[in-house]
Amino acid sequence: MSRRVLIAEDDAGIVASLEFIMGRCGFEVLVAGDGQAALDAYAAFRPDLVVLDLMLPRVSGLDVCRRIREVDGTTPKILMLTARGSQADRDRGFEAGADDYVVKPFATQDLMRRAREMLP
Amino acid sequence: MLQGWLIVAVSFAYIGLLFFIAWYGDRRAGQGRSIIANPWIYSLSLAVYATAWTFYGSVGRAASDGVGFLPIYLGPTLMLVLWWFVVRKMIRITRAHRITSLADFVASRYGRSAMLGGLVTVIAVVGILPYISLQLKAVSQSFQILLQYPEVMLPPRSGDPVIMQDTAFYVAMFMAIFSIAFGTRQLDAAERHEGMVAAIAFESIVKLVAFLAVGIFVSYVLFDGVGDIFERAASRPELQELFAPFGGAAGTYAGWLWLLGLSTLAIVFLPRQFQVAVIENVDEQHLKRAAWLFPLYMLAMNLFVLPVAFGGRLVFPEGVDADTFVLTLPMAHGADVLALFVFIGGLSAATGMVIVETVALSTMVCNDLVMPVLLRIRFLALTQQRDVSNLLLDIRRAAIIAIVMGGYFYYLLAGEAYALVSIGLISFAAVAQFAPAVIGGIYWKGGTRAGALAGLLGGFLVWGYTLLLPAFARSGWGWVDVIMYGPFGLELLRPTELFGLKGLDVTTHSMLWSALVNVGLYVGVSAWGRPLQHEQAQAAAFVDVFSRTLAPSPRWSGTVSVTSLQAVLGRFVGVPRAAQLLRDYARDRGVAVDKLQGDGDLVRFVELQLAGAIGGASARAMVATVAKEDPIGIADVISILDETSQVIAYSQRLEEQRRELEATTRELQEANDRLQALDRLKDEFVSTVTHELRTPLTSIRAFSEILHDNPDLDVAERQRFLGLVVRESERLTRLINQVLDLAKIESGMAEWNTTRVDLRELVFEAVGATSAIFAAKGVRVRADLPEDFDPVIGDRDRVMQVLLNLLSNAVKFSPAQTGEVVVRLAAEPGRARVDVADNGIGIDLAHQAVIFEKFRQVGDPLTQKPAGTGLGLAICQRIVGHLGGRLWVESAPERGSTFSFTLPLAGASDRAALRWARVA
Repeated sequence: MSRRVLIAEDDAGIVASLEFIMGRCGFEVLVAGDGQAALDAYAAFRPDLVVLDLMLPRVSGLDVCRRIREVDGTTPKILMLTARGSQADRDRGFEAGADDYVVKPFATQDLMRRAREMLP
Repeated sequence: MLQGWLIVAVSFAYIGLLFFIAWYGDRRAGQGRSIIANPWIYSLSLAVYATAWTFYGSVGRAASDGVGFLPIYLGPTLMLVLWWFVVRKMIRITRAHRITSLADFVASRYGRSAMLGGLVTVIAVVGILPYISLQLKAVSQSFQILLQYPEVMLPPRSGDPVIMQDTAFYVAMFMAIFSIAFGTRQLDAAERHEGMVAAIAFESIVKLVAFLAVGIFVSYVLFDGVGDIFERAASRPELQELFAPFGGAAGTYAGWLWLLGLSTLAIVFLPRQFQVAVIENVDEQHLKRAAWLFPLYMLAMNLFVLPVAFGGRLVFPEGVDADTFVLTLPMAHGADVLALFVFIGGLSAATGMVIVETVALSTMVCNDLVMPVLLRIRFLALTQQRDVSNLLLDIRRAAIIAIVMGGYFYYLLAGEAYALVSIGLISFAAVAQFAPAVIGGIYWKGGTRAGALAGLLGGFLVWGYTLLLPAFARSGWGWVDVIMYGPFGLELLRPTELFGLKGLDVTTHSMLWSALVNVGLYVGVSAWGRPLQHEQAQAAAFVDVFSRTLAPSPRWSGTVSVTSLQAVLGRFVGVPRAAQLLRDYARDRGVAVDKLQGDGDLVRFVELQLAGAIGGASARAMVATVAKEDPIGIADVISILDETSQVIAYSQRLEEQRRELEATTRELQEANDRLQALDRLKDEFVSTVTHELRTPLTSIRAFSEILHDNPDLDVAERQRFLGLVVRESERLTRLINQVLDLAKIESGMAEWNTTRVDLRELVFEAVGATSAIFAAKGVRVRADLPEDFDPVIGDRDRVMQVLLNLLSNAVKFSPAQTGEVVVRLAAEPGRARVDVADNGIGIDLAHQAVIFEKFRQVGDPLTQKPAGTGLGLAICQRIVGHLGGRLWVESAPERGSTFSFTLPLAGASDRAALRWARVA
């Protein structure tokens, strides 16, 4: 059974690239363009992995992360994706419950390796 | 030749008239309908200044000195200019402290010093005695002339001296009785003697009319007018010197100046002048009328002095006493009635002076010399007596008799030595010694009791040595050796040429030295020492009498038995009077007299009443026998306030500086906050820019890697990914350009090429340039432009940038196919306005301000994020702002948006244009 991944990202270009890579690796992919959509999609889709942009419109990535943890504990893996690379942002991401943290622009192979490690 | 009985009868009839006037004046005062409460009476009473010395002596002086008699009357005229400032202040102080005399005034000013009051009294009495003797001499001499003419036509000492002296004695006695009758009817010396003032004013009229009458008689009966007299006098060689302006004793400019100064001071500091001008003043407003009325009186009084003097010199042979001209001229021509009238005039001048002077002096002697001593003699136990008010009156009466008799004896001993004028000047010089202590006292808080004592004593001693002593010597009392060769043969200390000061007449010389010593000691000792605390209080109360609205508040503590206060008061003002005063006091406060509280107010009231009777210094001592003085009295409080006010002023300055510091600190704090906010904004900007740069870079890298790692991609997909890479690269480039652009504008590094710009043409061009993207989306664009349009001031390329940005935004947010964009250009006062209106999705109010912020884009996040960097509007707003215009948006959701901006018209605001051009 293929793993399901939710991509929560507001930039069309990045979404397109992630969709392709994830699809190539056999994930079942769903896309959400903002925080609220991400929460709705999560509730309906219950993915194994959420690739979550930190700066999402409407509901921020951090809040989405916290809400998912509130609902389902540590079950889904969350990979935080952000253009901000400071240690403070990284810490805030981990505090909100992220399992891993990737800074844009990322190397696609690195991203996929982390995703696979999270989902054994 | 007049019969003796007739002269005596007329004199007594005249005196009777004066008594009637005085009685009537007092009666009216008792009824509360004062007859002296008007400026005319006040001004006339001031004319007590013109004594027998003026009446007879002016002519005498003019006959020997020409116009040298004038300064004595010019001085008062000068002084009256200052009266509103100086005398009004003295009146106000006198009222507030119930001051009874000049001595009381000085004593009160310097901490109610009994010693100072005594010193002033001694100076006044010693100084004034010659003056009183002068009046006695004038009256008895004129009486003799009337009686024995023409035998005494020659200088009077050729007459029978025994009779002369007897006459003077009777005159003295009669004047003493007159003074007692007028001046000691009431006890409270601080209250006015209305009857006396009325009589004085009447006398002033009589003496003026009498003098004018003799002047007219001489000028128009004996001669053919004033011009005739002067012509004839001018033709007589021995009278030539009288025409020189500075002939005779007052023969130098210095002499004139000193005489002027002396008389200026005398009009205030002669005890009788202080009495009528200050003590007897009813209303301060009267000073204003007196300021011109009194000089007018002086002018009238001096009008015929020169004609009579010249007339006498022309008519009589050399050797006739010129002081007698006003009498002898009428008598020589058989005008006996006129001579009698002139005699009455002279009598008026003399009695007026003697009465007021002795009343003033006797008050001083009683309150400031005798009472302080008597109260200290335990043997008399005055403080224990029930009622000593009659004793007080008796003391004053005795003092009057003593003073007049003193004048008489001075006349006996020295009267023959000097002409009238010289005797008067001795007195003037004596009272001038009061000037530093009094004037300094009301204008300079720093003047101290020690300074006043030193100055007065020093000045008085110098006066005695340089003026009185030579006068005695000339009267044959010895001392001639001292005058000629100096004490112990020390020439340097000769009384008339002290320290070798030669070339001055005796009066000028004496004034110079005594003024120097007096002022020097007063200022020097005052400045050197420190005033005592209660002195400071009085100093402040005197100097600030106009600004201090507070009545002196009680400085007595605790409660005092009302009975004991009443007893003390009764002792000095009489028991019935004391009871009456307390009843009045109680009525004023609306309480029953038996409910009166012996509080500080009552004690202060009693003290003031006592001050009116026995002077401030003694009153204070008396009250202190029954009331305990507050250890921190008002005096201390005021002095503390004085010190505190300095501290307050200082701390106010500190407070001011503190506030300034606080303000500066606050400004710095605010500036720092702004800097920190800017710093945060900058950090945020950098962080945001980084974020915005990373986003397209992420796509570019991801697709590049995908293309690299997946060579097996089909062509269509490959093309799609490469297209995305290109698009994101363009976005990245645009972003970098705009960030740099914005940074340049914001840092002021941007280059501006400000010129006149044809906005109409520019809009046309911009619409043309964007027509392709409008067509691509199927949005219609319309430019609504006027036929011709005034040029604006702006940078052509930058304005174009704004227009292109607004147009491309409009396309972006307009619906495809149905979209419509209108560009309008309109003129407003002084500026042009461009509207770019679309019919797109619109912007809700909350977002309208946000869209001009950097990196803030508003679109429908669910669909697609709008293309663009989020910097366009921010840049546009800065461009328009820099060019002196404004950029804003009007919009409502689903109603489309209208972006508008203004630019200054070139013609209408050249100045603004230039300003912007300069900035650019």
